[in-house]
Amino acid sequence: MIKFSYSLIFIGFFCLFSILGIGEFKLTDGILKKNIYSENHYAVISKLPSVQKMIGQNYSSKISFISDLQSAVNQHNSVLKEQKQWDKVIWTDYTFGVTNGSFTAPNLLYILGFVGLFFIILGVFLIISQEKKSPTGIKNNDIFKKSISSRGILGIILGCFLIIFYIVLYWFPEYLVNWVALVNPISKLLSGNPASQWFLYGLLYTVAIIVMGIRFIIKYRHSKYQQFRTGSVIFFQTTFAFLLPEILMRLNLPYQDLKNIFPLDYTFFFDYKIQEKINSGTFGIFMLGWGIFLFLVGTPLMTYFYGKRWYCSWICGCGGLAETVGDSFRQLSDKSLKSWKIERYTIYGVLVFAGIMTVFTLYSFFTGQSYLLGIPSYEIQKWYGFFIGSIFAGVVGTGFYPLMGNRVWCRFGCPLAAYMGIFQRFKSKFRITVNGGQCISCGNCSTYCEMGIDVRAYAQRGQDVVRASCVGCGVCSAVCPRGVLNLETGSIIVDKF
Amino acid sequence: MSELKHIVIIGNGIAGVTAARNIRKLSDHKITLISSESEYFFSRTALMYVYMGHQKLEHLKPYEDFFWTKNRIDLLKKHVEKVDISTKNLLFSDGQTLHYDTLIFATGSRYRWHDAVPKDTLGVQGLYSLQDLEKLEEISPKIKKAVIVGGGLIGVELAEMLHSRDIEVTILVRESGFWGNVLPQEEAKLVTKHIESRGAKILLNSEIERVTTKVLDSKNLSPNPSAIKSIITKKGEILDCDFLGLTIGVEPQKDLAAAAGIETNRGILVNDCLETSVKDIFAIGDCSELRNPTKGRKATEPIWYTGKMMGETVAESICQKSKKYNPGIFFNSAKFFDLEYQTYGDIQPILAENESSFYWENSQEEKCLRINYCTQDEAVIGFNVFGIRFRQVVCQQWIAEKRTLSYVIEHLEEANFDPEFFKNCQSEIVAEYNFKFPEKTIKLKKNSGFWRTIFG
Ligand SMILES: Cc1cc2nc3c(=O)[nH]c(=O)nc-3n(C[C@H](O)[C@H](O)[C@H](O)COP(=O)(O)OP(=O)(O)OC[C@H]3O[C@@H](n4cnc5c(N)ncnc54)[C@H](O)[C@@H]3O)c2cc1C
Ligand code: SF4
Repeated sequence: MIKFSYSLIFIGFFCLFSILGIGEFKLTDGILKKNIYSENHYAVISKLPSVQKMIGQNYSSKISFISDLQSAVNQHNSVLKEQKQWDKVIWTDYTFGVTNGSFTAPNLLYILGFVGLFFIILGVFLIISQEKKSPTGIKNNDIFKKSISSRGILGIILGCFLIIFYIVLYWFPEYLVNWVALVNPISKLLSGNPASQWFLYGLLYTVAIIVMGIRFIIKYRHSKYQQFRTGSVIFFQTTFAFLLPEILMRLNLPYQDLKNIFPLDYTFFFDYKIQEKINSGTFGIFMLGWGIFLFLVGTPLMTYFYGKRWYCSWICGCGGLAETVGDSFRQLSDKSLKSWKIERYTIYGVLVFAGIMTVFTLYSFFTGQSYLLGIPSYEIQKWYGFFIGSIFAGVVGTGFYPLMGNRVWCRFGCPLAAYMGIFQRFKSKFRITVNGGQCISCGNCSTYCEMGIDVRAYAQRGQDVVRASCVGCGVCSAVCPRGVLNLETGSIIVDKF
Repeated sequence: MSELKHIVIIGNGIAGVTAARNIRKLSDHKITLISSESEYFFSRTALMYVYMGHQKLEHLKPYEDFFWTKNRIDLLKKHVEKVDISTKNLLFSDGQTLHYDTLIFATGSRYRWHDAVPKDTLGVQGLYSLQDLEKLEEISPKIKKAVIVGGGLIGVELAEMLHSRDIEVTILVRESGFWGNVLPQEEAKLVTKHIESRGAKILLNSEIERVTTKVLDSKNLSPNPSAIKSIITKKGEILDCDFLGLTIGVEPQKDLAAAAGIETNRGILVNDCLETSVKDIFAIGDCSELRNPTKGRKATEPIWYTGKMMGETVAESICQKSKKYNPGIFFNSAKFFDLEYQTYGDIQPILAENESSFYWENSQEEKCLRINYCTQDEAVIGFNVFGIRFRQVVCQQWIAEKRTLSYVIEHLEEANFDPEFFKNCQSEIVAEYNFKFPEKTIKLKKNSGFWRTIFG
């Protein structure tokens, strides 16, 4: 049965990947006009002889279409660069839009896509139903014997695959237009707009959280805490992160995930984002106010009462993916003192970086000057977006699940986690309490801590765990075979003896 | 501070390590920690998790390797052959010697062999050391059917381990209920039912009469090529098996001390300050036996917590002034497959004369609570709890303060240590109490856990 399920999943993925090779490309002038939104650029590009030659021609190969298109523009640019006519160079990359527009999807694509997704989901649910038959309790048997969950060859392959996926998604999305076409009908249904690579990503992300979230809920069906928080994460991902922004778009309101909080949402104070909200009236102003309120008041207050888990393991999308899809990799986080030291440098480094970037951004917004201390704000934004937004949060954050555990981004990078961590460490009612002297130093709590906290080091001393990084997933408490650990926010019931 | 001594500890288990750490906290004495089992301290209690693939061996080390040099605790992976108390020297198996000023025996225990089984039969072993685990790992692929003798904590762990590899497991229990020499009948029954629901068979009231072995073919070069074939119980049942697990208890490793002329009985005898019959030599943990155990405690307690507390005490005794070992109110905990168990105070399998017992069980959810109390003044003396987590401090305080049963039932909420949102059984327990004692009906005091969580 299990083998059958895995074969289903394998066939499913095979179908999805075969989609990437089917469909035809045909460029028209209309497509150029629609996707090259700068009129100047359109005028230049559509007149290029090699682009003219492409028009009307049927391409069955995506690769040659993209390379023809890119070499046409590159050729044009290189001449200009040689002549040092920098202002005339076309810096904007229109490849994705034009390729996407030129693509016609045959019915086979939808059939394969549907079958592929169906097989994968069916396979996963068959595995889940198998798991459901086993008795309730902790299910960690063989975790360190399976290649995929112990940094074995399968784990490394999966890691590489995820890393490549993110690189393609961020920097070469034109190669994914077949998949984008697959989800196009859904996008049209929701927002009325055609799908972009981001819509594709958001949809995959949400489906993954739902499917693997259900798996997690069943795995932990003996623990109400685990079930509730996973239900919550699934809810916030599907509604707030995925559906609501699409609906906002449909209503001609700014696209905004209302639970995504600055500085995790690092573009929140970018001038075009602020402008967009101000321009869209009362609701836009509300969104702006809501975001500022969450950052300045909501987050500290909630963290004071409940610890940062209220966000990290109950609401956040990054956390949601980590807790559901990434659950099988939580044991791979490094627990050494050294990694704790590194973690504090990197995460607060990112927080400082985000802070500096925002100071530049707001300075430019209010003064209208694009330079502060001789540095252009937009350049800093670009660097932050590239290094933190894409490489750290995306490629490393998720691609490294099977290599460094499921919370690499949350632990080493997330500026919001850093911000909440300060409150959690110094001013919060939340802590993990330790039950007297019951610890047998078995190490399960530390091993399964996704944030790399050496919980045992505290537990065996009988000392409550107060740590900036704890996301309150509660797994240490669940796996402890002696019932030693508990997440608590109440007043201290009994003083230590 | 007094002059610096060389303190040598034989055994790097929880007792020895706790002693070493605490001596370092209190003094600058030179400390040497010796063990022939492993270079670094590891958690013996978690051996099962390595076998089942929950953890790797490296996860069992409670301290990172740099810890020992940083705290100036010298580690020595050697076997002590002999202790010469007149010259204060240790002799190692490699012929080298080491001088000590103060010596601590923390040699632990070893599993007991069953008299009915010929020594060195292949496929027969207990589980105590790293080497035992390696041995078990090695033969596991060949095991189809296993029998485990002894229904205790290590027995059930061994059963769970083998079961995780799809090996058919039968546990032989001498008593009429699982762990019947410790658990009262109701709990023993609950545990028995739970273990069976997880797929291991239990034969109650059964003991080994003898075993049969088979001779392995001559290609096998082992000097003792006979392997376990079956066991025959006293009732005459024959159980075929290719593995026999011995979990009928552990015995203190006292031979080294006894040979040195230190007084021993079942274990190495120690006084209230954990000193042996010889000055400057102490014994702690599994290997020790108290001459005068405090009330409600046993002379030998082969458990983790006891080793830890003894290690703390002996450190103070050595570095400051003689300190009496006072372990306080007993507590212990365990897990039988997925069933968690905690106990506080003194609960005997059979009630003493002046004791009464309050028992509540929700068998569907596999939860139960027993509170024993003095019949006369209703003062609680012990708790057994399955499937619910209780707060150690609260329970111990109640026992120390001699709180009455009704007070405890009324305030049970304070003892609850279950995670947030877990079902609260307090109302069921109160109902049971009111049913049993209709004349002194009590009411629920606190609001439920959910609201406490939200407005905590
Ligand atoms: C599988 C298993 C599960 C357990 N689970 C629990 C539990 O859940 N809860 C609980 O409370 N207790 C549990 N126990 C019992 C607990 O582990 C022991 O009580 C505890 O480890 C004893 O510690 P110790 O320091 O006294 O001795 P040990 O841990 O036995 O350490 C003694 C060390 O000394 C070494 N040594 C002995 N003689 C010599 C010599 N001559 N030369 C060199 N080295 C020597 C030994 O090799 C050993 O490494 C469990 C035990 C086992 C085996
Ligand atoms: S899981 Fe529990 S018993 Fe094991 S080390 Fe952690 S707190 Fe201690």
